[in-house]
Amino acid sequence: MPADVKPGPTAAAGNFALERGEAVPALIGRHQDFLIVAGLGGTASDVGAVTGDAAHVYSLAGAMGAACMMGLGLALARPDKRVLVVTGDGELLMNVGALATVAVVDPVNLAILCVDNGHYGETGWQKSHTSLGVDLEQIAIGCGIKHTCTVAAARDIAAGARLLREGNGASFVCLRVKPTEPPAFKRNFDASLQRDRFRAALGGTMSPRG
Amino acid sequence: MRRENFSAKPIEDHPARWQDAGIAHLYCLGMDAAVETQSQTGWQHELYDLLRENGITQIAYVPDAGHSILIDRSLADPSVHSIALTTEEEGVALIAGADLGGTRAVLLMQSSGVGNCINMLSLIKGARFPFLTLVSMRGDFGEGNPWQFAMGQATEPVLAAMGVVCLRIERSDEVIPTMNAALTMVFKGAQAVAVLLSQRLIGAKPF
Repeated sequence: MPADVKPGPTAAAGNFALERGEAVPALIGRHQDFLIVAGLGGTASDVGAVTGDAAHVYSLAGAMGAACMMGLGLALARPDKRVLVVTGDGELLMNVGALATVAVVDPVNLAILCVDNGHYGETGWQKSHTSLGVDLEQIAIGCGIKHTCTVAAARDIAAGARLLREGNGASFVCLRVKPTEPPAFKRNFDASLQRDRFRAALGGTMSPRG
Repeated sequence: MRRENFSAKPIEDHPARWQDAGIAHLYCLGMDAAVETQSQTGWQHELYDLLRENGITQIAYVPDAGHSILIDRSLADPSVHSIALTTEEEGVALIAGADLGGTRAVLLMQSSGVGNCINMLSLIKGARFPFLTLVSMRGDFGEGNPWQFAMGQATEPVLAAMGVVCLRIERSDEVIPTMNAALTMVFKGAQAVAVLLSQRLIGAKPF
């Protein structure tokens, strides 16, 4: 794909065509370049399928709505690292004000990838608001996030991947995918173990003292 | 009494913000307002200094009159991230993320905001993140707004139900010792602690 491809205006509501199992790995690329916070549900599996059970990933299995703000706290704490939040449309909608807070703080090292399938896959595939006309990229723009795009076709992926890595300021990529099952991944549900492991991998201690 | 707290005017220009009985009494005596306000708000400056001495570098809040000095100090402090939130639960997740990165954060909120945090606190309890919040109370001693009582009176039971230890402060001379205790419990003892600043301490908002 040519490097000069711009994010296309392909975000028409209802355009959920990409395969998440292909598009998410293509957007993330070399995952070791990021500290990753994965939202609950399908996005934890999307990330796990790319990274395996890895120390530089913190995956949620509850606390719906936490992912973006965990990413913000982490990005501010570690300006030497690039932080990637991978979250779903349902989780993002639950705490959509976090986009406003992220925009106001605007850390240079934070990227948010929303895997938007327009549905609550975990709870029985009920439609989410993004199937009903809500456009998360437009919300991000309205919040003031300066670097955004929607990836809804294969030709958008290179530009989306670049935005996640090179955005000078907080960046937001809305990935429109089919409402299909996320990749199978047997994940670690121990939140405390993940926390200790994550900190130890960053060279900190596992004790509470920072 | 929310967003205007971001004004650049010196804190001492707003003596009426602190309505507790002690200040009112001193005003009646005709003492110098600026001097007395400084003395009455001294604990808040000491509290900010204590947070900074303990390595806290992220200060998150929903704008609130009771925390206005801490908020203004954080905005003026180039060594901290001062983070205004749209809802208090954002701050719970922010603290967890800061801890993952090896730094310390604090959440400043009003008691009504505690209700917005409940499910997000499962992140703190599940992963045993160290968690420190300062809660300015409403629906408490001398409250005149009936809307504030439900959440104000539920604050301690709700926090306790989610595994957060509550330390309540009624008098200004308790502030620093209680905060020292809280800081130890959080950052050495790996606990979640809420320090409740009662309306007896901060004054009830007049209605």
